[in-house]
Amino acid sequence: MSKLILDAPSVERSVIRIAHEIVEKNKSTQGLCLVGIQRRGVILAKRLQETIKEISGAEVPIGVLDINLYRDDLTKVFEQPVIHKTEINFDLDNKIVVLVDDVLYTGRTIRCAMDALVDFGRPKCIQLAVLIDRGHRELPIRADFVGKNIPTSKEESVRVNLMETDGKEEVVVQ
Amino acid sequence: MRENPKRHPEVAAATEGSQERDSSATVSPQNDGKVRWIRKDLLSLEELSKEEIELILKTAESFKEISTRDVKKVPALRGKTVANLFFEPSTRTRTSFEVAAKRLSADIINFSSAGSSTSKGESLTDTAKNIEAMNVDTIVMRHPSSGSAEYLARSIRAGVINAGDGIHEHPTQGLLDIFTMRERKKKIEGLKVCLVGDILHSRVARSNIWGLTKLGAKVRVCGPPTLIPAKIEELGVEVFYDVDEAVKDQDVLNILRIQLERQKGAFFPSIREYAAEYGISVERMKKAKKDVIIMHPGPINRGVELAAEVADGAQSVILEQVTNGVAVRMAVLFHTTMVER
Repeated sequence: MSKLILDAPSVERSVIRIAHEIVEKNKSTQGLCLVGIQRRGVILAKRLQETIKEISGAEVPIGVLDINLYRDDLTKVFEQPVIHKTEINFDLDNKIVVLVDDVLYTGRTIRCAMDALVDFGRPKCIQLAVLIDRGHRELPIRADFVGKNIPTSKEESVRVNLMETDGKEEVVVQ
Repeated sequence: MRENPKRHPEVAAATEGSQERDSSATVSPQNDGKVRWIRKDLLSLEELSKEEIELILKTAESFKEISTRDVKKVPALRGKTVANLFFEPSTRTRTSFEVAAKRLSADIINFSSAGSSTSKGESLTDTAKNIEAMNVDTIVMRHPSSGSAEYLARSIRAGVINAGDGIHEHPTQGLLDIFTMRERKKKIEGLKVCLVGDILHSRVARSNIWGLTKLGAKVRVCGPPTLIPAKIEELGVEVFYDVDEAVKDQDVLNILRIQLERQKGAFFPSIREYAAEYGISVERMKKAKKDVIIMHPGPINRGVELAAEVADGAQSVILEQVTNGVAVRMAVLFHTTMVER
């Protein structure tokens, strides 16, 4: 009982469009950097980085963030989180940071990610790019760049499968 | 799942593909590791499975980066309280646990036996129960009696981390040694490791042996016959009495401290003779592999078990051990404190 939301070409088109929007909104790639949230956000951030390079010729720096240590429900989660690496090897001060994740839902991940980012420096601004916005926000957070908005019920789950982690490329709701 | 925290770990099926990390859902989307940590205590490496050891090492790898940030702190254990309960002198281990707890935002309190109610005759259980009554989540204990950590873990609800119990085990030292070896040599399976020195009194040696053999390393021990425990071969190690033979072809030499404070009997004629027969000197290093790494759990008796030139030499990773110790202890505190009581 799963419904296909995006197929492989649609995922690719969404990434290309978001890359264009990021460059357009910020007028240049000066001071721009991407930070992907482990793990599928990191893959999407890498694809955005490649596309931005094709568009503008500039290679924007890319960082990797694991937000598990900043979760507000860390001690309550049933499954133990696997702590992945965080690697931000550049200075965030006065940078335009585009956070990248696969699905935007309650907004709590993004809250954690912003908490983590400010431990690394003081960005000029933080923007948010997501492949899917499925609604049901619990915090006052919105995305600047969205691949696709999909209305969902809380009982449904959204699965983003990417080639690098899942061996196939699609977004489904089940 | 959580009723019995001491239950053996089960290999849970990896959950795949669920993206709703930011829901308060019960499934962690990133759980691609297959092992779940369910122990409130870390008492020894003997009791851990290979998978549990690897889980701690993997978490420690991720935690190592935190100590290199400008803001060396994450909120993972915010609101948790850890107590250091040390019945033996220690600087390195106690400070390392303290730094580790603080980097995870836990509150940490220090108790030492000197000047405490222990010197007034209070029993270990009473001391610990009083600390627990202050709602401490995890107790890090060092104690001169072997088995004391396990005894304490059974008598209180708080988690217990063994920071050295008599001549039994020092699991976090074993883990940080293995972490350092793996970081330097990229693998543990098939790695040739020689432990040199006082094996009899060394809890570090026992933790190294249990951990390394579980991960598939080939372990040798070498020391004077009086300092090699009987039947140590049964733990799966080779015994050498001639250090010049023992160091040949080894990837790692882990040099143990001559524990003068633990030696009530005469185990060797003199410190000078020990240094001459078993000390790792510049001369002896020529018999070892070119890329051998030198480890020591500290504090070093310079010129006794290890020559100063070797301790400070290019092959020494002794200070890396200290750096890695913080990351490993962060991982241990994180996993044990996360377990519901």
